[in-house]
Amino acid sequence: MKLSIQINEGPYNHEASNTALNFARAALDAGHEIFRVFFYHDGVNNGTRYTTPPQDDRNIIQSWTDLAKEKELDLVVCVAAAQRRGIVDEGEQQRNGKDGNNIADGFRISGLGQLIEAGIQSDRLVVFGD
Amino acid sequence: MAILHTINKSPFDKGSLDACVRLAVKGSSVLFIEDGVYGAMKGTAKSGVVEGAKGDLSFYVLGPDLKARGIDEDKLIDGVTVVDYDGFVKLTVDNDKVQAWL
Amino acid sequence: MSDIKKFMYVNRKAPYGTIYAWESLEVVLIGAAFEQDVSLAFIDDGVYQLVKGQNTKELGIKNFSPTYTALGDYDIKKIYVEKESLEARGLTVEDLMPLKWEDENEDYAEKDSIHVVPAKELAGILDDSDVLLNF
Repeated sequence: MKLSIQINEGPYNHEASNTALNFARAALDAGHEIFRVFFYHDGVNNGTRYTTPPQDDRNIIQSWTDLAKEKELDLVVCVAAAQRRGIVDEGEQQRNGKDGNNIADGFRISGLGQLIEAGIQSDRLVVFGD
Repeated sequence: MAILHTINKSPFDKGSLDACVRLAVKGSSVLFIEDGVYGAMKGTAKSGVVEGAKGDLSFYVLGPDLKARGIDEDKLIDGVTVVDYDGFVKLTVDNDKVQAWL
Repeated sequence: MSDIKKFMYVNRKAPYGTIYAWESLEVVLIGAAFEQDVSLAFIDDGVYQLVKGQNTKELGIKNFSPTYTALGDYDIKKIYVEKESLEARGLTVEDLMPLKWEDENEDYAEKDSIHVVPAKELAGILDDSDVLLNF
């Protein structure tokens, strides 16, 4: 089956991203396809490469980056939510005159249409949030 | 056309369990995840909600979230089935869509 | 080209205390361009999003409630409000913004978009949806 995931919260405040990651791994192990992981609301904060979590605990953002690379996942950070919260790629940096960018590897910034498309194209949409 | 309902908040924190049971059609499945797993415990002021709905809905609880919170399976309401993430995926696939009660 | 899916946007949170109400509306507006079968459901504190007379000037937060009145222009006319949630909060449909849409099949007659429905009926409507978005 084609599954898509929507994540509404950031990497650490809520369990959402952790649950979604474990769910995604289990789905892939069972042979399903993850069509897209869409990060909305504070979920866009999963897309920064500047976190330094303690060594003895999970590194959620690195885990998403690694899983995306290993399984060729499409990790999409919503552009409108990202602009509000300061998650920036090179294109957004130039468009909005910022002095840097912080998007993590494996993530891309795109519009809300990507979430709607995920709903249309997937067999299941699973939402993780607060 | 069956829904898998997920509940991720404690029934003492949010009205998500109440809303879910009120708005779930007979034959639906309900999976407690994250802090929602407290809703699966017997002997609480909210246990009656699940007890009363057991005839119409199938209840499940995510094992890893139970273990994290130190909840033994013998503390669960009778009839609630413990599943792991593989089971979560299977429930997602076996039902037609997922409704996340956040 | 995919078949048309029934998209249901579920709203359960009050406005302004968190951003979910506004950002979910932004999804609805973008989603309108995809020509799917769109419904909105307002349950629990979500019903507060539709209360009329919102004035945010002294908060300094944008008042986004006028956006609900524009939904009719996007052909979004299935706005379900759970009766039990309204009653528990001491509200009636009179407290809500009068959201309308124009029926081009009836000479553009103005009709109500809000449908107050009891839980049992809304349960069936949710069950009939294809994609359920929650915020």
